[in-house]
Amino acid sequence: MFPFLTVLIVLPVLGAAVLWALPASARPKARQIALGVTVIEAVLFAVMALQFDTADAGAIQFSETHAWIPQIGASWALGVSGLGLLMIALAVILVPLAMLAGWRDETDPVRQRNYMALVLLSQAFMVGIFAARDVFLFYVLFEAMLVPLYFLIGGFGGAQRRYAAVKFLLYSLVGGLIMLVAVVALYFVGPGGEQAFLIDNLSTLDASATTERLLFLGFFLAFAIKAPMVPVHTWLPTVAEEAPVGTTALLVAVLDKIGTFGMITLCLVMFPDAAQWAAPVIIVFAVISVIYGALLAIGQRNMLRLVAFTSVSHFGVMILGIFVFQATAMEGAALYMFNHGLSTAALFFLVGFLIKRTGSADMSDYGGLQKVVPVFAGAFLIVGMSAAALPGLSPFVSEIMVFIGAYPVAKAAVIVSAISVVLAALYILLTYKKVFTGPPRPELQDTKDLSLREKLVAWPLIVAMLVLGFVPGLAIDYVSAPAADVVAHVELEEANA
Amino acid sequence: MNFVTPEIAWAPLTPILIVLGAAAAAVLIEAFIKTPATRRLVQLTVTIGALAVALGMVVVQWVGLGDSAGTVVMTGKITVDAQSLAWQAMLLVFGILAALLFAARTADGEESFTSLGSVPPGSTEERLARRAGLQVTEVYALLLFAVGGMMLFTCITDLIFLFVALELFSLPLYIMVALARRRRLLSQEAALKYFLLGAFSSAIYLFGAALVYGSTTQIDMESIGIAIDFIPSNDAMLLAGAVMVVVGLMFKIGAVPFHSWVPDVYQGAPTPVTAFMGAATKAAATAALVRVMYLAFYPLEWELSWMFWAVAIASMVVGTVVALVQTDVKRMLAYSAVAHAGFILVAFAGLTPEALTALPFYLLTYGLATIGSFAVISQVRERAEDGGVAAEAVRLGQWAGLGRRSPLLAGAMALFLLSFAGIPLTAGFIGKFEVFSAAVAGGAWPLVLIAVLASAVAAFFYVRLIVLMFFTDVPEGAQDTVAVENDLLTRIVIIVTAAATVLLGIVPSGVLNVLQDAAVFLVSAG
Repeated sequence: MFPFLTVLIVLPVLGAAVLWALPASARPKARQIALGVTVIEAVLFAVMALQFDTADAGAIQFSETHAWIPQIGASWALGVSGLGLLMIALAVILVPLAMLAGWRDETDPVRQRNYMALVLLSQAFMVGIFAARDVFLFYVLFEAMLVPLYFLIGGFGGAQRRYAAVKFLLYSLVGGLIMLVAVVALYFVGPGGEQAFLIDNLSTLDASATTERLLFLGFFLAFAIKAPMVPVHTWLPTVAEEAPVGTTALLVAVLDKIGTFGMITLCLVMFPDAAQWAAPVIIVFAVISVIYGALLAIGQRNMLRLVAFTSVSHFGVMILGIFVFQATAMEGAALYMFNHGLSTAALFFLVGFLIKRTGSADMSDYGGLQKVVPVFAGAFLIVGMSAAALPGLSPFVSEIMVFIGAYPVAKAAVIVSAISVVLAALYILLTYKKVFTGPPRPELQDTKDLSLREKLVAWPLIVAMLVLGFVPGLAIDYVSAPAADVVAHVELEEANA
Repeated sequence: MNFVTPEIAWAPLTPILIVLGAAAAAVLIEAFIKTPATRRLVQLTVTIGALAVALGMVVVQWVGLGDSAGTVVMTGKITVDAQSLAWQAMLLVFGILAALLFAARTADGEESFTSLGSVPPGSTEERLARRAGLQVTEVYALLLFAVGGMMLFTCITDLIFLFVALELFSLPLYIMVALARRRRLLSQEAALKYFLLGAFSSAIYLFGAALVYGSTTQIDMESIGIAIDFIPSNDAMLLAGAVMVVVGLMFKIGAVPFHSWVPDVYQGAPTPVTAFMGAATKAAATAALVRVMYLAFYPLEWELSWMFWAVAIASMVVGTVVALVQTDVKRMLAYSAVAHAGFILVAFAGLTPEALTALPFYLLTYGLATIGSFAVISQVRERAEDGGVAAEAVRLGQWAGLGRRSPLLAGAMALFLLSFAGIPLTAGFIGKFEVFSAAVAGGAWPLVLIAVLASAVAAFFYVRLIVLMFFTDVPEGAQDTVAVENDLLTRIVIIVTAAATVLLGIVPSGVLNVLQDAAVFLVSAG
């Protein structure tokens, strides 16, 4: 069979290599080449997705397994279930849009080339992580991805970008290195041998309860930092404020999903008992994230920080959905990972376009833009309401599934978390009011409405959210089987214990 | 008293004999070839040729090894086994790379070594010697002696012979450290410090060996290991002796609290010598420590483990924390070397068989990154007022904006730093992973936890240099104070080490396979 996943990983790396090898005369074309590579990637992905068997979405498809470093039990093992496929879809869709969104951010051809090449490299890592079926491979990609991201944040963006880059790196490294201890230990706890790190070989570990719990915590901490969950979320607002929005959008919409993705595909699969042991505490922190993130979002004047905090809140909902171990809630959480990606990316892009027009991220510098840029205002309202989970838009479906699924087992958590729906409406509408309503400010009279390029970025996302809002089954078909399988796996372990 | 002529199987020693023979020849070349330019060329050819032939011989022996673990060259004294061949090959590679750096010159034709070692810095004689175009080509002979001594160091199984080899490679190093062309006072101070502390640690080692002999009445490692079983393990003389022997070797590795020479020597020595020492001395000393621990002191594993834990933790903590506040690139890498000494000692926990693969691999990755990074440092120079090239620009601030001016050089440096930090897809990560697995297999997971936290802190200062190179804007006019050299030999070294760092990070299985076969000692008394 054609090794789709390997090619999807290698293609962007080659693209980046080509960009760096370009002679100086061809550098101004770097953006076009990079975009071309992502389009080829998208087409290739579409071909693969069409061959995906949705009737068997819980099974790992497009599997590839090759020995990589047999001495330490590492394999080049790739494969996706419906969940992995959706996540890769997110990466494949959002990377070209992020490139388009940042098309004019840099004027120097060398910097432009570097930016595009780094984005391509990150795409390779994203696809690789969501496709990895080997814990060692997952870890390697998970950590190595920090390098292009670090250069993306530190090299491009606001005045404090270096500080933001270092903060991001240190948070991620601490989580990652603790996970490394767990990965090392896993070799000795698991079956060992030349395929010691295949996830399929690690789903029935025979470890003492204490060992399993320690290992679980080692993995979970890294994912919680990535996700980001209160109290290890503080790197996100800083990065969101300083990095260019294209980077931030990718970071929050796709890369942070690695946290929740890892929780589902690694933590729950390898350490189901420990996950149940830790679930009550995790749910408490998830609920705190939901409320705390929403409250802080209301208090922000900087729109980038605001969107970052809304994400902290939404990730709380996902984590709640994961750790109640109910099929519907898990399905909702998995679906939310996809929908939140669309919605947050769109929100970041639009805020970014707004900032490009005036140079300010502070919402009190705006006012009355509705009359000046009606299309922009409309797009912003729709995207904003999707973040607030308005019915008819796709995030609503996923959020309601989490709440309904979780209610029977975690009533208090759901009731408290549901307050966030009200808070979400509040922070979105307050922002809209400050920026778009009221008398137009004289200095903003000449603000231009969405350009064609910007529409090309925004409309596909809005259309996708509307379609999936009314026909959620299109996406649910992909996640329901994987979600049910994970829940069944956890319950089975409980029954055995 | 009867003296029996020892039986010596010379053949397995061929690589070492080639290197030491070439060293002797290099001394003669020094005496008989008068023209400096010809002499340099001949010396360089002989050095690299000898090292390359020796490397070839090591490979031939490795292949010829087949299923046997090795050959006893001299009973109880010297054994050439798979483990020592692996280390020898590594040392030869480091030696070849170092020889290339030794020969590197700036665009003005300036070498890293002083023109006449015997004249005081800043004196008229020094100026005259420089004008006369004199060159210290003895460094090649010294390098060969050092490499030969180190190779011998890895296959000795006797505590007194080990001492001889220790001195054989240490003495040339003391001299080479003192020969820097620029900042000679610093260089001579470093050499004196290294010499005095080195002599001190040698004495401690020798005293320890004597105590071990007094307690066990044995001097070769295997017999010591067997004899210890018949001695109560709380025997004070034995324990003190073992601790002192280990201290002597840890000094060469540069672990806390025996590290005080490291920063001064790294800073003061000519950069090519620092590169060589950083990579090769650590490797040779680790090889000897492995042999001593696995052959002689393994019954004392439990009694000595507190020491390994304490020294490892102290090295990691002191190395990383002190490196954070350094403002000199070389001193920063020196403290990073101290931290790495700690990571190396982590692998000794439990004396697991895994460590016998992990340690050579770790030292290989570390050595390549060390040689590479110091090669980069040697290329970043201060610009003198007359437009020429002055000493190396080692203040951190001078590296600001290097990524803009020479993206490839800065990119290579960033790669080496990432490898030091153990970021995946670089060789350093696989090395760290191997070392940590060995320690976890030995039951030392708390030590591994401390090690990863130290790695996270260490990443901070590695990354700080990357930030400086790539993200810091250079103020107007500052551009002119730093010049980037473009020496061919140095470029070759940088390209080779960078390529190896990437390859060993992505496809390490070939080398790991070889090193797994090398995880065997030849033990004669079954």
